Amino acid sequence: MPPAISVKNLTKTYASGLVALRDVSLDIAPGEIFALLGPNGAGKTTLISIVCGIVTASGGEVMADGEDVRRNWRATRRKIGLVPQELATDAFETVLSTVTFSRGLFGCPPNAAHIERVLKDLTLWEKRHTQIRELSGGMKRRLMIAKALAHEPSILFLDEPTAGVDVELRRDMWALVRALRENGVTVILTTHYIEEAEEMADRVGVMRKGELILVEEKAALMRKLGKRRLTLCLQEPMAALPPELAQWRLDLAPGGLELGYTFDAHDERTGVPSLLRRLSDLGIAFKDLHTSQSSLEEIFVSLVSERVQEGLPA
Amino acid sequence: MSFTAPRSGGSGFNGHGVLAIYRFEMARAIRTAIQSLVTPVITTSLYFVVFGAAIGSRIDEVGGVSYGAFIVPGLIMLTIFGESISNASFGIYFPKFTGTIYEILSAPVSPFEIVLAYVGAAATKSIVLGLVILATASFFVPIEIAHPLAMVFFLVLISVTFSLFGFIIGIWAKGFEQLQLIPMLIVTPLAFLGGAFYSIDMLPQAWRAVALLNPVVYLISGFRWAFYDTSDVGVAVSLSMTGGFLVLCLALVAWIFRTGYRLKA
Repeated sequence: MPPAISVKNLTKTYASGLVALRDVSLDIAPGEIFALLGPNGAGKTTLISIVCGIVTASGGEVMADGEDVRRNWRATRRKIGLVPQELATDAFETVLSTVTFSRGLFGCPPNAAHIERVLKDLTLWEKRHTQIRELSGGMKRRLMIAKALAHEPSILFLDEPTAGVDVELRRDMWALVRALRENGVTVILTTHYIEEAEEMADRVGVMRKGELILVEEKAALMRKLGKRRLTLCLQEPMAALPPELAQWRLDLAPGGLELGYTFDAHDERTGVPSLLRRLSDLGIAFKDLHTSQSSLEEIFVSLVSERVQEGLPA
Repeated sequence: MSFTAPRSGGSGFNGHGVLAIYRFEMARAIRTAIQSLVTPVITTSLYFVVFGAAIGSRIDEVGGVSYGAFIVPGLIMLTIFGESISNASFGIYFPKFTGTIYEILSAPVSPFEIVLAYVGAAATKSIVLGLVILATASFFVPIEIAHPLAMVFFLVLISVTFSLFGFIIGIWAKGFEQLQLIPMLIVTPLAFLGGAFYSIDMLPQAWRAVALLNPVVYLISGFRWAFYDTSDVGVAVSLSMTGGFLVLCLALVAWIFRTGYRLKA
């Protein structure tokens, strides 16, 4: 089975001279949820816009479901749905008419049952005769998704789908994305919310200044780059770290009641047992301890800052 | 490999897509049907009061036609020019303004299908409006149509041509001011000076030569010929000028979609 999306050596330089994409290559498997992370101006939206036909690439190749999006544009566009970042809607249209319009635009015959299902899934059915201008921001965001799903795409691009929506709606959207994946839809989402990628994605791509600097399975990435942290709650406050503990590079929290130790969980010698022994030898008692794993957000920040430290484009 | 806007590469015809855009545009007109129809009817009636009754009573027949009847084709053309341009330019400019153009550009609709839908809808509205004005005029003056088929042909041809021109303006415009610029500064003056209210034979020889440089003269003349079998310039010349303008607009639209001018980054 060909990749749902295959991008090879994609480049984009805008008329202004801004290089938005530099030789980006990426394969996304059918049925996958792929999260594209990156700061503003990283090139995420440009990449999506090229795949969807909104922006013209300067070079490279894009395939959707094994077909060239340039040569077989009609066939490939029918398979792709796009939820753009901006809430672009026709204020005076009703919910039902705009979703019906989207289905027709993508060359599909009318299917009232499908439109009803989509609107019910997105809890918009009761609002079907309401003009878009009367909808709340969250409802408009859901409407954008309904429009993108109107023609039953097998590949869905969500560009910042939960920007500016409340926590409850965000969780509803995550559930919707998972349901779409269960129905075989490939989902590619860009997001600023690392939590979103951590919650949903199978794989994560990190972009920076037009480059795809990393593509990795989320679980593997967190295993590979994730650090664990041991926190010890001391019984007595400590004024300063004793020199006998220097080799563990501990950090002492303000107030002197918490000791922190960061280690790699995959190392054969994590240093935890020896640290605990040394604390006992020194008579430093603790009343509680817990460990935590670094989040994708910490990994992402660390990745980006490493690139800066390496002198690569920031 | 380098990308440009799709030109071929996609067999078939997206009839559902064309109908979706066409219906969307027509629905917009129907929502504002009262303003769309009542305004031109009132305007036309006022023209008849001013030019037909007040001024026309002091003017003899023009080319064997009463002055009131003589101005009917010109009045229809004035409305057709303005409505075709404004409907088509607004139709394509508004999605650019609101951002909904993303959906058109990412949909499996070819440039030909996009133009067919937007220009088709704008031309339909103009033709309906032209017929409404014709009906309104018939309440004021007796109207005869010497060549009905030719009248319909000119009506459709000019509506389509000016809708195409409006579509180009809508793509070119960066703001609502620019949307009005060419219709206000160029089209309206040319239309008023194009023989809508007079025959260019009534002008002094020097001004007649200047008037012949105005392309609108040929359009109004051809349309008037369809009504009264009399014209300022030959029908074949009128037809050629209208056809030439249509071809020019088509070439410009083709270039816009080939280059993605003001549509795609």
